[in-house]
Amino acid sequence: MTDKPCTDPQQLHDEFNDVWGNPRGWRALTIVNHTTIGLRFLITGSAFFAFGILLAMLMRIQLAFPGHTFLDADTYNQVFTMHGTVMMFLFAVPMMEGLAVYLIPKMLGARDLVFPRLSALGYYCYLFGGLILVSSLFLGIAPDAGWFMYTPLSSATYSPGPGSDIWLIGVTFVEISAVSAGIELVVSILRTRARGMALNQMPIYAWYILTMAMMIVIGFPPLILGSILLELERAVGMPFFDVTRGGDPILWQHLFWLFGHPEVYIIFLPAAGIVSTLLPVFSRRPLVGYSWVVLGVLVTGFLSFGLWVHHMFTIGIPHLAQAFFSAASMLVAIPTGVQVFAWIATLWLGRPVFHVPMLWLVGFLFIFVCGGLTGVMLALVPFDWQVHDTHFVVAHFHYVLIGGMFFPLMAGLYYWLPHFSGRMPSVTLGWWGFWLVFIGFNLTFLVMHWTGLMGMPRRVYTYEAGLGWDVPNLISSIGSFVMAIGLGTVLLDIVLHYRFGKAARENPWNADTLEWATSLPPNPYNFVSLADVHDRHPLWNDPDLPRSMAHGEHALTVIDHGRRETWGVDPLTGKAREIIHLPGNSWLPFISSVLIAGVCLSLLFGMYTLAAVFAVATLIVLFRWSWENGAHPAAAPDAKTQPGEPPLHSRTFDGPGLWGMGVTLLSNGALYLSLLFGWFYLWTVSPNWQVPDGPVFDASLLLASGAVLVVAVLWQRQVKRRLRQGLDDGLALRFAGIALLGLLQTGLILWCLLASDLQPTVTAHDAVITFMLTYNLVHGALVAISCGLQALRVRFGYVNAASPYEPLVIEQLWYYNLGVYWTTYIALVLFPMTWGVS
Amino acid sequence: MGCEGPQSIVDPAGPIAREVTVLWWAMLAFSSVVLFVVTALWIYAMNRAPREYAADQEKRIHRRWIVGGGIVLPGVSVALLLWFGIPAGHRMLPLPVEGQQPLRVEVIGHQWWWEVRYPESGVTTANELHIPAGRPIDVEVSSADVVHSFWVPRLGGKVDMFPGMTNVVRLQADEPGRHRGQCAEFCGTEHAHMVFYVTVHDDAGFAAWQESMQP
Repeated sequence: MTDKPCTDPQQLHDEFNDVWGNPRGWRALTIVNHTTIGLRFLITGSAFFAFGILLAMLMRIQLAFPGHTFLDADTYNQVFTMHGTVMMFLFAVPMMEGLAVYLIPKMLGARDLVFPRLSALGYYCYLFGGLILVSSLFLGIAPDAGWFMYTPLSSATYSPGPGSDIWLIGVTFVEISAVSAGIELVVSILRTRARGMALNQMPIYAWYILTMAMMIVIGFPPLILGSILLELERAVGMPFFDVTRGGDPILWQHLFWLFGHPEVYIIFLPAAGIVSTLLPVFSRRPLVGYSWVVLGVLVTGFLSFGLWVHHMFTIGIPHLAQAFFSAASMLVAIPTGVQVFAWIATLWLGRPVFHVPMLWLVGFLFIFVCGGLTGVMLALVPFDWQVHDTHFVVAHFHYVLIGGMFFPLMAGLYYWLPHFSGRMPSVTLGWWGFWLVFIGFNLTFLVMHWTGLMGMPRRVYTYEAGLGWDVPNLISSIGSFVMAIGLGTVLLDIVLHYRFGKAARENPWNADTLEWATSLPPNPYNFVSLADVHDRHPLWNDPDLPRSMAHGEHALTVIDHGRRETWGVDPLTGKAREIIHLPGNSWLPFISSVLIAGVCLSLLFGMYTLAAVFAVATLIVLFRWSWENGAHPAAAPDAKTQPGEPPLHSRTFDGPGLWGMGVTLLSNGALYLSLLFGWFYLWTVSPNWQVPDGPVFDASLLLASGAVLVVAVLWQRQVKRRLRQGLDDGLALRFAGIALLGLLQTGLILWCLLASDLQPTVTAHDAVITFMLTYNLVHGALVAISCGLQALRVRFGYVNAASPYEPLVIEQLWYYNLGVYWTTYIALVLFPMTWGVS
Repeated sequence: MGCEGPQSIVDPAGPIAREVTVLWWAMLAFSSVVLFVVTALWIYAMNRAPREYAADQEKRIHRRWIVGGGIVLPGVSVALLLWFGIPAGHRMLPLPVEGQQPLRVEVIGHQWWWEVRYPESGVTTANELHIPAGRPIDVEVSSADVVHSFWVPRLGGKVDMFPGMTNVVRLQADEPGRHRGQCAEFCGTEHAHMVFYVTVHDDAGFAAWQESMQP
């Protein structure tokens, strides 16, 4: 509390370090702290970036001359597929998430992200998935069907090797990481801000990250689903995309771009967030039009889910639909324009100072506006009919991605470098690095627009002389080397600055946000005491905050209970509702990710029994992980807090796990909706869709299963109501009973599946039904086991009327299952009846 | 570097491809102005001498920037673009025509060659498309294996070729000549070599060619 007597900062630091400190040596693998995890993401992302650049250089050497034989066709196809895959999945998204993981808690005045162990799991999944993908190139078996894996080219018939499997499984593995970080960022931003920080007082960066994270949560599942379906088609022959058996290759394109277009904004928005954070600092005034910008960001996020078809203007869809998606795509220019002009107005009304990060911001503006303009051109359908899949498009998306993502990232990197290291980078090297990259980039890609207009398609490993493509290709290749030298200069600057950089002074750029109130570099606990925040610019209003926070003059300074604590606030007003106690370092995330890697590798080698063993082991470890919760001795056995402070979250009905589960189910729901979309899409569009004459499964079994589910949910509700009234007698038995009902429900689905005449490898119709029922089966089993564990936890004394919040978390899963189950019933049983099929 | 080239989008050889070329130059001119003005504004804003503004003055300035630059400018640009662009796209579609009916040609994509069929005359060829000048051609495309994309840049837009479904694209050439076409959707190892040529004849020449090809 603020009236607590001030203590010695060194002593406070030692006390906090006992609880928060990072172990060294092998045990560094157990670290869950967001600062370390964030830096690991950034460093790993940079390494993958360097690899991606190397692949780009190989391509530019090959294309420098017509008929060049530097790479053969097969190698080139692997190289361009991997270049796209590495840059999108292993560099752009993880880099942006890593930066957010590092910055968000600090900016919001918190001590860590809300699910620290999940951050660690996400990192390892990313690392292992990335290594699986990249290593395939060295074995010569890398995916080679292009980074959007269009089927039938990527199917078992036309890509018989392991390449496509590596892509589908490796990328899905990496996406576990992306989605888990997305969930964690959403909940952290909404629930663990500084006390008093209302939603409209958040630093603007947090709005961008909130939007990005929500987009990841909703936007990645379509691709995860698509990858699972395509892998099932390849591995066991379920024909979701095979047109001869009632599937449709265009369904893959829809699922891919349902993810792929939001993906572009998932990459761009956090970068724009960097611009909106840096520009006001260097303009020495608040961002102009904060509310406008927030609105623009939210609208961009929303619109981005309605544009995916503009990647498919040449597939022969109805022209009215094309006109609709064309107009919708161009509309994105408006929220983007609002941001650009808010930035100009900030400069206009401010007193700008010039530092190296500003160079990258100017470069960003020029390149990004240029890419945005060609983007609007491409959204015009007739123009797209010509330049689609040419080098014009390649040039366009490099302008958008490098301009819109990489340049702001570099600005941010130079801006936060003193935060990572406590030192300042060199101005000279920074200046050279920027100009080499900027000139090299424009030389490469401005000219490439022309190559495309001269008719050169993308993804060709060679070309004939005399088509007008020779000179522009050579210029592009030279430019790409200039750019690579620039990137090397930047890298050199960063490496050298760790050794030779001047020590950074406190808040070196005179920034307004709380991340600059930590020590440089920061300690794992970020802040000894947590300040209340009531406006958008805490450090401008109170430049003394770094000192007073380190001297323990604010809240939550007591640490002798040994818990890692941060505020749990009201998502809207920022009023403190509870103290969230965070889990500490653990081997569990590392072990889980190793086991998941085991699942992926055994699937790749076709060892399905081993994969099942690994999957069961993973589940056991994950449930073991969930065991250390609430009143468990490793979590918060002692519920005491300081007088006047709110209770611990595990003693309320309002823990962050509720939000974590909610956001996870949102993501899961997006996956289920994509599946439903697939079912109706195939039903209505697929050219050879076959519906069997009679029923292929016993719908009455499904009806019975659904009835059991309803009873279980009602019972769960009743148990919750009793807990709310403080009644917990017979709690264990009740949970055991609900768990049994859950098992019965799952068993009935299993019976229905086993007793059916479904032929999932013969028609897409049966394949989709089998998949949907299995989806329900897995969810039924999951909630039944969770409920059974609750019964056990009650016996151990971890869950009771005093620690009541876990049952609420599981209740959400019950509701989700109920909704999904009956939707499935309607889609599979009732909907076909309306089409005259019994 | 001139605009000429056997696959140049900016060197059209027929009315349909020309629609896009005209759109392109107009869009390029407009975009260049926007790019120049926005960049210049940004650099000027960064370098001009700072001024003090009263609160209401500041509010007026920022409204002007955000509404004018952020909403009106892109809104008007997009409206203009659609105003000209949608009719242009409409004129490229394989819609019914008056007078001489379009010539129907079927093209089937294979890894990595083109099968060409003339349903009216029964002629078939590979990697060679022969058409008469001045008459619309409706190319009905599909695929025997993976996704390909049919494209003759100087005569019209491209369209993807899927197994199990037929798409139509319209081409038209002004005068006799020879044009290059190429698969535009990545289709495997030899994608780069999946090339074909379009020979445009005058009416007599086309009739003679069809005659010579009769089995």
